[in-house]
Amino acid sequence: MQNFTAPERHPIITVSGVGVRREDRWLVRGVDLSIARGEIVTLIGPNGSGKSTTVKLALGIMAPDEGKVWREKKLRIGYVPQRVAMDRSLPMTVARLMALTGRHSANEIDRALEQVGIAHLKKAQVHQLSGGEFQRALIARAIIGKPDLLVLDEPVQGVDFSGEVALYDLIGQIRDATGCGVLLISHDLHVVMARTDTVICLNGHVCCSGSPETVAASGEYAALFGPRAAETLAIYRHEHNHSHLPDGTVKHADGDLNFDHHAHGPHCDHSHAHDHEHGHTRQNQEPSRHA
Amino acid sequence: MLESFFTRAIIAGLGVAAITGPLGCFIVWRRLAYFGDTMAHSAILGVALALFFSLSPMAGVFAIAVLVAIILVFLQKRGSLSSDSLLGLLSHSTLAIGLVLVSLMPHVRIDLMGLLFGDILAVSVADLALIYGGGAVVLGVLAWLWRPMLAGTVSEDIAQAEGFAPERNKLVFMVLLAALIAIAMKILGVLLITAMLIIPATAARRIANTPEQMALYAALGGMAAVLLGLWASLHFDTPSGPSIVVAALGVFALTSLVPLNGLSAKD
Repeated sequence: MQNFTAPERHPIITVSGVGVRREDRWLVRGVDLSIARGEIVTLIGPNGSGKSTTVKLALGIMAPDEGKVWREKKLRIGYVPQRVAMDRSLPMTVARLMALTGRHSANEIDRALEQVGIAHLKKAQVHQLSGGEFQRALIARAIIGKPDLLVLDEPVQGVDFSGEVALYDLIGQIRDATGCGVLLISHDLHVVMARTDTVICLNGHVCCSGSPETVAASGEYAALFGPRAAETLAIYRHEHNHSHLPDGTVKHADGDLNFDHHAHGPHCDHSHAHDHEHGHTRQNQEPSRHA
Repeated sequence: MLESFFTRAIIAGLGVAAITGPLGCFIVWRRLAYFGDTMAHSAILGVALALFFSLSPMAGVFAIAVLVAIILVFLQKRGSLSSDSLLGLLSHSTLAIGLVLVSLMPHVRIDLMGLLFGDILAVSVADLALIYGGGAVVLGVLAWLWRPMLAGTVSEDIAQAEGFAPERNKLVFMVLLAALIAIAMKILGVLLITAMLIIPATAARRIANTPEQMALYAALGGMAAVLLGLWASLHFDTPSGPSIVVAALGVFALTSLVPLNGLSAKD
């Protein structure tokens, strides 16, 4: 088992063995993760793998049906949710949005907007922004309070590629400057992987986790994202030992469908007990999103 | 000055408009129009029960409105019926039960028209004290919880993650709304309270850039409607409550001429 936080760092959030059940379906189960100050942890996984659910559990937005979530007391959090649906009847300038959860000086607001590259939109109405501009505004809002933990759920949706790279660079810079922890959900594998300390590959449970190199080299990662994705960062390749079938069951390299033989490669870090019966089989839908 | 019933009516109306403006903004932002309507309609049931148990009508209205809000939230969470149908069910059944109960108490004389449409000209000095005392409390709580409530309106997830308690604040908001209904029932009547929540707020939307501006403009617009409505009611001898609502509609029509802020042609 691999301990992915450096030993001298204390975690600010620890999630251990959490699961969420809706009706009789487990959205996620047996998820472990921890984030330390200065660490960037990225959750990756296919649609419906429980990434947003895991983040909501870590933040206390959802309560787990099993397992434990621990957060440092008085942790300042900056959160960019996957979706923010503001009613159009609510007038809101970009500058006013910055003060949504706390008071900030005009200088702080200017600085945050400059950092994400939308200083010129300060007085614009939020409803007039394009998707990418709105995402930048949400990121500015999340970083303005100098959070201890920055949580970004697909933060660059709608942002063009060069903007994407710049925003991920910014997240790295903010981490370096303030020493905050970062929890990131992303689809942009190669952009993100290069800037991440720890990658957690999720598919209802933690498929594998560790440094980007380790995860990219693991069979589970290749199985989830295809061999091409693995090549982007793989230092070496090995044959993956199981694949996730469309119906959610796991097929092993030897063709064996028996769950008891769920063997893992040398770099696959399963730090928890698997529950294939529930955790693995019923993940066809994206977990409930906040509209 | 307070000896004139008309002066008392103006002072009462201005006070109520100052509360409905900001509170109405949240009703509009959170799409709670029908929800507010349902709570207001339940006020008739509140009055009937208060009469039956010889309590103050205002206490009865407040208690029943809070109860209806809690039942609604509970039923919505169970989620077998759409909110829409649930609201319709509760809105009209509480109104009907209230009317039936009132008619079953023959020894009680009750001004039904006053309950439904308000009787602002019958406002007493004690009513004024209640409007301004209660109104100060409602607006005070709203100001105190303004940032958390607004954050929860934009995104409950952000509010929750960043240390607010959006679920609790929603309940607080319902209590404030119940208090407003109890305070304003005599002035506007249960059928017209929602109008003074919605119309000034939507009128203010056209000219506001920020939520705070919208709340302020809604209050001012409502006050203008009160003055205009009461003047018209005196001048044309029309019922005061409906006249105020018609005047509010006039304010709305006026601001409609302004191009809608924040919603340009490209949307």
